Order: sequence, then structure tokens, then C-alpha cells
Amino acid sequence: MVRLEARTSTPAWFNLALPLLAIGATLILCSGLIALAGAGVAEAYGVMFSASLGDSYAITETLVRATPMIFTGLAVAVAFRAKFWNIGAEGQLLAGAVASCAVGAIPMPGLLAMFLMALAGAAAGAAVALVPATLRVKFKVDDVVSSLLLNSVIFYALMALIEGPWKDSFSGYPISPPIEDSANFPVLLEGTRLHLGVVAALIAAPLIWFLIARTTLGFRIRVTGENPEAARYGGIHVERVLISTALLSGALAGLAGVGEVGGVHFQVMSDISPGYGYSGIVVAMLARLNPLGVVPAAIFLAAVMTGAEAMSRATGVPAFLSDVIQGTALLAMLVALLFTAYRLRRVGAAR
Amino acid sequence: MSAPLIEMRGISKSFGAVKANEAVDLSVAPGEILGLLGENGAGKTTLMNVLFGAYAPDAGEILIQGQPVRINSSADALAAGIGMVHQHFHLAPRLSVLENLLIGIPGKSGRIDRAGGLARLAEIGREHGLTLDPGLPVSALSVGEQQRLEIVKALFRGARLLILDEPTAVLAPTEVDGLFAALRSMAAQGLGIIFISHKLNEVRALTHRCVVLRHGRVAGRVDTPASTTSSEMARLMCGHEIVPPARGPSTPGAAVLTLQGVSTSHHSGMALRDVSLAVRAGEILGIAGVSGNGQRALAEVISGVLAPDTGRMTIAGKAVTRFSPREVQALGLGRIPEDRMTTGLVTNLPLADSMVLPRIGTEAFSRKGLLKPDAIRAFAEEQIKAYDIRCPGPMTRAGALSGGNLQKALLARELAFDPKVLIVSQPTRGLDIGAARFIHEKFLDMRAKGCGIIVIGEDLEELLMLCDRIAVMYEGRLAGTLDSADATVARLGLLMTGAGQAGEAA
Ligand SMILES: Nc1ncnc2c1ncn2[C@@H]1O[C@H](COP(=O)(O)OP(=O)(O)OP(=O)(O)O)[C@@H](O)[C@H]1O
Ligand SMILES: [Mg+2]
Repeated sequence: MVRLEARTSTPAWFNLALPLLAIGATLILCSGLIALAGAGVAEAYGVMFSASLGDSYAITETLVRATPMIFTGLAVAVAFRAKFWNIGAEGQLLAGAVASCAVGAIPMPGLLAMFLMALAGAAAGAAVALVPATLRVKFKVDDVVSSLLLNSVIFYALMALIEGPWKDSFSGYPISPPIEDSANFPVLLEGTRLHLGVVAALIAAPLIWFLIARTTLGFRIRVTGENPEAARYGGIHVERVLISTALLSGALAGLAGVGEVGGVHFQVMSDISPGYGYSGIVVAMLARLNPLGVVPAAIFLAAVMTGAEAMSRATGVPAFLSDVIQGTALLAMLVALLFTAYRLRRVGAAR
Repeated sequence: MSAPLIEMRGISKSFGAVKANEAVDLSVAPGEILGLLGENGAGKTTLMNVLFGAYAPDAGEILIQGQPVRINSSADALAAGIGMVHQHFHLAPRLSVLENLLIGIPGKSGRIDRAGGLARLAEIGREHGLTLDPGLPVSALSVGEQQRLEIVKALFRGARLLILDEPTAVLAPTEVDGLFAALRSMAAQGLGIIFISHKLNEVRALTHRCVVLRHGRVAGRVDTPASTTSSEMARLMCGHEIVPPARGPSTPGAAVLTLQGVSTSHHSGMALRDVSLAVRAGEILGIAGVSGNGQRALAEVISGVLAPDTGRMTIAGKAVTRFSPREVQALGLGRIPEDRMTTGLVTNLPLADSMVLPRIGTEAFSRKGLLKPDAIRAFAEEQIKAYDIRCPGPMTRAGALSGGNLQKALLARELAFDPKVLIVSQPTRGLDIGAARFIHEKFLDMRAKGCGIIVIGEDLEELLMLCDRIAVMYEGRLAGTLDSADATVARLGLLMTGAGQAGEAA
């Protein structure tokens, strides 16, 4: 018989081993589904790998996909550190996309446009995140529920916008007018879609790591998350920290939307985000809320997404497998996290 | 004595390199109250957790009425007739007393047997004086009542051996008397009891026999605790003599902390009503009283966590205006909270973080919003050395430290900044006598250096030893203040019940 026993310290190598373990378990579990769909497991994973990381073009495509998830992953990681349960990165992303699209459609010099798009997108995301944070601080409303429900509100507001005032009068499609050409984010590698936002995301991760690990705000976020009572006794304004965290988290999620508008779609449509906000939760958990871990975690999920499409074309396994892998990875990681607090111990048979 | 009820033989249990228990033998006979003594970290709780099935021992065996048994879970332990009252209670706060009692009890044909539960609850209450209102939610119970419920729960599940891990640490002196009466009544009925405490006078008054642990091993056994002196037991525990520090005469200077007519509005405990007091440099003022008489509100006001409705407070001659922790700290106040684990520290973060937490925004540990990681680490390392805090280093999770070491860490973080006034609540709760001695000495050192100290506590003997003056709180007011030369346990006790007002304002 085996049972769980509490441990007092967690070995450092767990930080790396646990996500790898979770990913390994996920791939093994999902291979059952691939087999069920009648495809060869090795072949399917092989196609997935080569389509997502097999050549330099595939890698750039995966990075482009990873970019919004790096931003939403950072948004969630920062929020969860303070135990502000922001499940609303999806809505904050959409708000960021709408705001940056509105700004990008105004004719002005390119650099200024890009800067203002980022600013407007971040502000819009922050404003959305402020709602659940304020409700929690002022009225003790559960932030999981309020931030989650707000996603639908934002999504249908966006739909109303593109079905109404922004509707393309020429084609009749529910898509917004495109942003100015000059506001399109520059492509960094000829012949690919690798845009400026990708670099921004790769820079944002270490910046956020620095903020959490090396600044007083980060210290306050960590302490507030772990023990609000001790934080308050120690002179930290817990409510203020929660609000600041929410603003930061929302701004990061908003930037995810900015990148999609400025670097990929150049306009807003209803499916601008295939759930990048929710994927951010998976990314953050795989990264164990470490901003540096967010980058590889987001790349992993992006590879799964791009790979799954190719696999689906090549082997006939439905592309939904990508969603299954994401969900399984989250569950596997949550189980793996148990081992940071507990160890397995073999005991004799019960008496 | 009759054949043992339970026997532990050669129990060993290690956590990594730490040998928490090594070849421990222990037995309890029916009707016997066994004291389990030892310094912080000696392995008492670990040993009891082994007996209760929370840990599997690395070696050794457990016998119940002569039969070897394996106890792999608390369910096994309960089935074997072993009940345990942990220091942190395991109750469902929103459920009623009766519902808590019935959790996990198979009812009659799938339905909860309320009537049976009520009857048994009343019966246990009558037998041992452990009365509880079955309808009240647990959240409405006092700590003492919650503990009573834990005991009743164990009896309800048919425990024949009851383990109590530091039960008196959370009780007021009057509640301790009630607990002891109940335990004696249970022992008279043939129950075995294991009683853990750091208070040697309690152990001497209650137990029939003692086992003393040191560094995980049995350091000695005491067969007649009642006629063994506390200092002898202390020597067994620590391996050397513990002499209580002597409090020399002091020459108090000017007032460093004053409260004038301070009242607070409703508070989770008792609110303050028109409290005035003054602490002078170089003196220790004790605040005695049955807990729940406003001590908490007093500590919170002085610590800058709660702003009073009316009244004034000064620290080192300057008026406190905003009542924030940062303000009172900046004026020179040091603070040690009552609850180390929940208010003092962040158990999941490195010890160093907890040690700099209240002053993280000051020049010492940050600059323009950027932390100074080297300074933080160096500070923690320095204090760990200066106060002999036993831990692997500043990056250890704070929650992994023992109570005594946590208290030293909290003391270190305040004293490092040379406070002019220090406020502490229950400074030695849960600490072994060696650690308590260390804390007392530090207070006396600070007093000699001209620091004014307020000690809020319930242990009258500790207050009498430490304080120059003792004020008694009763229903949110100061019922009176005694010079420690005139104070006795009896006189203080009288004031604590609200009878007889004495002395002037503190
Ligand atoms: N789960 C654990 N993992 C690692 N070490 C542990 C664990 N539990 C206890 N220890 C260590 O084992 C030793 C004994 O701890 P234990 O809690 O049994 O002491 P104790 O006698 O109950 O002390 P106290 O009087 O402070 O309650 C200590 O060094 C402690 O740090
Ligand atoms: Mg203990």
C-alpha cells in the first residue's frame, strides 16, 4: 500500500522535473486517444513535432502562436502569485484587441500608432481586470466567478461591435475595418509571420520575473498571496496590492490582444482568440507561476496547437486533440503539484 | 499498575537527516495520565503522530493490550481506541457542535442518528463536566470550548487512550482547571491519557508519570512527578540547569508610550473602553487578564493595525496620527504578534522574507522600489547567527522552523532596529523553558538599555517574574495596576474577575 505523507521542503529540481513529468504523462495518456482514432501513435506525434518544431518556418509559426499565450500566461502567473484568481484573461485580451484596433485605424505615423495601440490595449485589459478586483476588495465578491463571467460580457460586446457599427459594409462579414498599413507590426524575418510582438513577449517574461523577484511590489505581491494577514500586520496595504496586481495582470492580457491585432490579423473578428486567455491558465500552471517558465510552457502549448492541425490533416485524428492535450496537461500538472507538498510512502498492509 | 493499554517499542522516525525519534519506548496503563516532556523539536508531536497513524515509523512496533498492531491512518487509530487532540483543531466551523460530532459516524440505516448523538453528548457532559451546547455553530465557540469538543469527539468515537498535544497553551488559567478536572475524571474511569506541555507545574500537578525526550531519544523517566522539582525535570529536558533570570532594580525614565482615553468600536474580541496607560523607558509593564477582555484590541491599536475611535497615543513623545504599522514602526515601536504562524510569518516563503517583511520599504532593504537581495540575505544570516536560530539557512521555508526558533526570528527582526518601545503578546506560548528563558533574558537586556516593554500575557507567574508593574484588563478597561512588589497571583486573580478596583491608572 502506498500513501501520501506531508513534506516540509521541496527539492529545487522539482521546478523543472514536475512540468516535464506532467507533459510526459499527458503525451502517454493522449496516445490512447490517437490509437482509438485509428492512427499510429509514433506517426501522429512525429507529424506534430515536425509541423511545429521541425524546420525554421515551423518554429516561427509556433513562436507566433506562443506569443499571445506568453502574455496571458504572464498575466495569470502574476495574478495567481497574489492569489487574485484572474480567470478573465480571455476577456481582457479581447478588450485589448478592440482598443488597439480602434487606435490602429486612426491614420498617424507607424511608430506612434504602434506605441499608442499597445498603450490602449494594455489600458483596456487593465480596466477590465479592475472590475473583479474592485468587487473583491470592496464587496468580497468571489473573483473566480466575476472574472470568468466577465469574459462572456466582453465577448458579446465585441460581437455587438463587429455585427453593428464596425461591420464591414462592403462584404457584410462581421469583421472590423483593418488598421492602417503603417500600424502593422514589422515582420522580423522575411517570408515568415514573426512580428515585433513576439520579441516584445520574449522581453516581457524576464521583465515580469524581475518585477516579482526583485522589486518591493513583487515582494508585496508574493507576501499578500501567501499570507494576507501577515502582510497586513507587516504594513502592506493588501487591497492596494490586489488592485495593482489586477491592473498589471489585465494589462499583460490586453497586450496579448494587441499582438494579435497588430502582428497577425490586423483587424478584429469573433474568433481572434481561440481561447488564448484560458490557455494562459494552463501555461501559468505548467510554469509553476514562474514568469521565466511561462515562455517554454507557452511554446509547448503552441507547438501542440500548430502540430495538432498538421497531424489532423496527415492522419485523420481530429484536431480537437489539441484541446484534449491542453486539458490533460493542466490536470497532470495539478496532480504533479501535489508532490511538492506530499511524498509517496510505501507502508505495510493495514492491520 | 495494570497491564499497559498501549505500548510503543523502539520507535524511530527520521525526516531526511533529522532523527525526530530514535528507539523510543513508552507505555500507558489504563487510568494513567502520562506526561510527555521535551524541548521544542525533541520529537513529542512526531511520536504522537506515529501513534495516531499520521506517520509510519521507520522502525519499532506498537502494541495494544499486548497485541502488535499496525496503525496506518487516523481511521485505524480511532478504530484501535486512540483519540488525539491536535494543537490546531480539526473542526468544521460552519457546522454545529452536534454535526461536528457526527461527522464520519455511520448512522442508522443511512440516516444520521441525531437523537443518539444528543443523548451521548449529554452523557459525556455529565460524566466529565464537558458540557457543550449541541446547536451552536463551532465558529461561535471559544478556543476552550472547541478543545472540549475535540475531547468529546474522541470519547464519542470510543477512545480508550487520549492524546493531548499542548492543550493548555491555548487556555486561560481558569479553563486549565476545568480541563484538568475532566482529564482526572476520565482517568478515574480507566482511560489512558498522554499529556504534552511545556509548563512543568502543570505536569507536576496532573500526571502520574513522565517520559522526557531529548533530541528524539528518551532522556529520562520521572515516576513521581508530584514530588520531583521543576528544576530537576528541566535538567532532564535540556541536559543542564535552567535558572530563571533575575530582574534587577530599574530606574525608569520618561514615558515612551502613552495612551489617553483610548476607545475602539466593535471588534471581533472585546472593544477597548477608555484605556489610559504609560510605559516608561527601562520598565516592563505587564497586561494581565483573562483572554478576550480587550487585550487583542489593545495590541492592535498599539501595533498600528486598528485605529481607535477616540483617544490619543504617543510614541517617544510624538503623537500617532494614522495608526498604520509603518507609522508606529517609524516612531520606534517594535511589535511581536500573538500568533506567530498566522500574523507574524509567511510560512511558505523563505525565512529571510518574513524577517524583513515589516521594513521592506525602508532604505535597509530596498531602494526606489528595488529590493536589495544581498542586504536582505545578509541581515537574515546575521540575525540567525546572533540569536542562534536553528535552521539550514535564510532561504529555508519559515514554516519548517520550530516554535522557539520562529519566536527568536520575530524577536530578532524587531530588536535589530533598537526599538524605543516593544509590545509583545504571549511571548513564550508553546516555547520550552530554555527558549522561554532566552526570550526573558532578551527582554531584561532591552529594559536595561532603556527600552519600554509591554507584555500582554495570561501566565501570571511569568508576568510577576518579568514585569515592574502589572495592569489587569477586564471587559475592555484597565481594572487596576499593581507594582509587582505588591502583586500576588491572588490579588491579580481577584482583579481579573472584575472584583475590587485597585491602584491608579497604569
Ligand atoms: N514533517 C516533517 N518533515 C521534516 N521534519 C520534521 C517534520 N515534522 C517534524 N520535523 C522535525 O522533527 C523534529 C521533531 O519535531 P516535533 O514537532 O516532533 O517536536 P516537538 O517535540 O513536538 O516540538 P514542540 O515542542 O516545538 O512542539 C524537529 O527537528 C522538526 O523540525
Ligand atoms: Mg509539538
